[in-house]
Amino acid sequence: MADQVAPDLENSNVPAAPAPPATPGAAPAPSQISQTALPRKPKQDRPPEQDPGIWRMNRRNLLSVAGWMGFFGFILASTVGALRYMFPRVLFEPPTKFKAGFPQDFVIGEVSEKYKDEKRVWIVREKDGFYALISICTHLGCTPRWLPGESKFKCPCHGSGFYKTGINFEGPAPRPLERAQIGLTDNGEIEIDRSIKFLYEKNEWAKEGSFLPFLG
Amino acid sequence: MALLDQIRKSEIYKSIFRHSYQDTQRNRALQIVDNVFLHLHPVRVPRHATNIGYTWGMGGITFLLFIVLTITGVILMFYYRPTAQYAYEDMKYLMNDVPFGPLMRNMHRWAAHAMVLTVMLHMFRVFLTGSYKPPRQFNWVVGVILLVLTLLLSFSGYLLPWDQLAIWAVTVGTNMARATPLLGHEGPFGAELGMRINNDVRFVLLGGTEVGPPTLLRFYVGHCIFLPLIAAIFMIVHFWRVRKDGGISGPESKKNV
Repeated sequence: MADQVAPDLENSNVPAAPAPPATPGAAPAPSQISQTALPRKPKQDRPPEQDPGIWRMNRRNLLSVAGWMGFFGFILASTVGALRYMFPRVLFEPPTKFKAGFPQDFVIGEVSEKYKDEKRVWIVREKDGFYALISICTHLGCTPRWLPGESKFKCPCHGSGFYKTGINFEGPAPRPLERAQIGLTDNGEIEIDRSIKFLYEKNEWAKEGSFLPFLG
Repeated sequence: MALLDQIRKSEIYKSIFRHSYQDTQRNRALQIVDNVFLHLHPVRVPRHATNIGYTWGMGGITFLLFIVLTITGVILMFYYRPTAQYAYEDMKYLMNDVPFGPLMRNMHRWAAHAMVLTVMLHMFRVFLTGSYKPPRQFNWVVGVILLVLTLLLSFSGYLLPWDQLAIWAVTVGTNMARATPLLGHEGPFGAELGMRINNDVRFVLLGGTEVGPPTLLRFYVGHCIFLPLIAAIFMIVHFWRVRKDGGISGPESKKNV
């Protein structure tokens, strides 16, 4: 490599050479030197070291840039892969949609804690139908307890209290309990999907699915 | 005596101890500089740096506690399995049947509580003595990062006993991550950016949509490997910067008063 560059430099130091090398301070790029100092040859005859090409890049630069692009590309791709790795595709959690038995199995006026442990849902039977409350305290996410004697939900963590309807009335909870979607299957079983929620403060308790009308 | 002389002249001895015990300034400095462990400590300590009333020694005590926690933590790892099936039982086993198990676990527990305290007291002292001022402002920032790492280590370790207190404390703690701006599904602009309960920052922390076995494993790896490594790196920078910023800060010299 050095041998091939040497004649070029000698050329530029010849006093009779054209202007560019003589101007001090503004050192011209090597490619310009070669173009002005050497007689212009057809492109295919010029040595590739001096040919900047359309991207103004010689052979050595190209390898260097390709190398760095490969390096950073690898780092970037590995990082993206490692980040995606942290989001599992399969969750080993109970399904959000489940069947909760027949409506006749529930007693009017009672809060059923049958599905609280497994699904974190209370099923409340009133005279005119059913609703499902999600048993997650709206304060910080603990599981409140149903106290039949006082007819209220009470959270053991910070003392939030909710009426049977789910409306908050004491403690730090900022909003009522959330209701889950409740409906009937074709064979008349109650079906609850706790991934679909109805929020009182957004007036969603009037919506279809938040309440299951049932007289019987 | 002849044997002792022979040992002192042996290749191995001279490779480890390169300087004699000559009590000269130069030799004492060389002893510190040429030792990989001692060289972390400055060769010369200013008189004011030994004034406990001024420094409280809180930074050093914090580092000591970190070392205690590293050693007892590794010891606990010999018996503890981070799976939902075994974690609580292993903790009980450590506390009841493993010889010196309670000592090791309690050392780890109390040192952890103490470390949070000493970090805060260290920060308080640095604030009171104005040691956060230039040229030490960057080290204050490193210190704040170390404070956060200490709290994260404390929080992640809290889940590992896998009892009711642990699970609910972490449930409450990670529920706050729901409200993270941009990255949490209940936070500002979270929903607009497509955050849902199963793809936001809380989901990554928990490895699921609720605290469960994947959470235990994630917190375990974070607590035992990831966070201590990051903390160690920042500690290296922290100590190095103390030296580079002119050593431990002291009272203003009498000339300026």
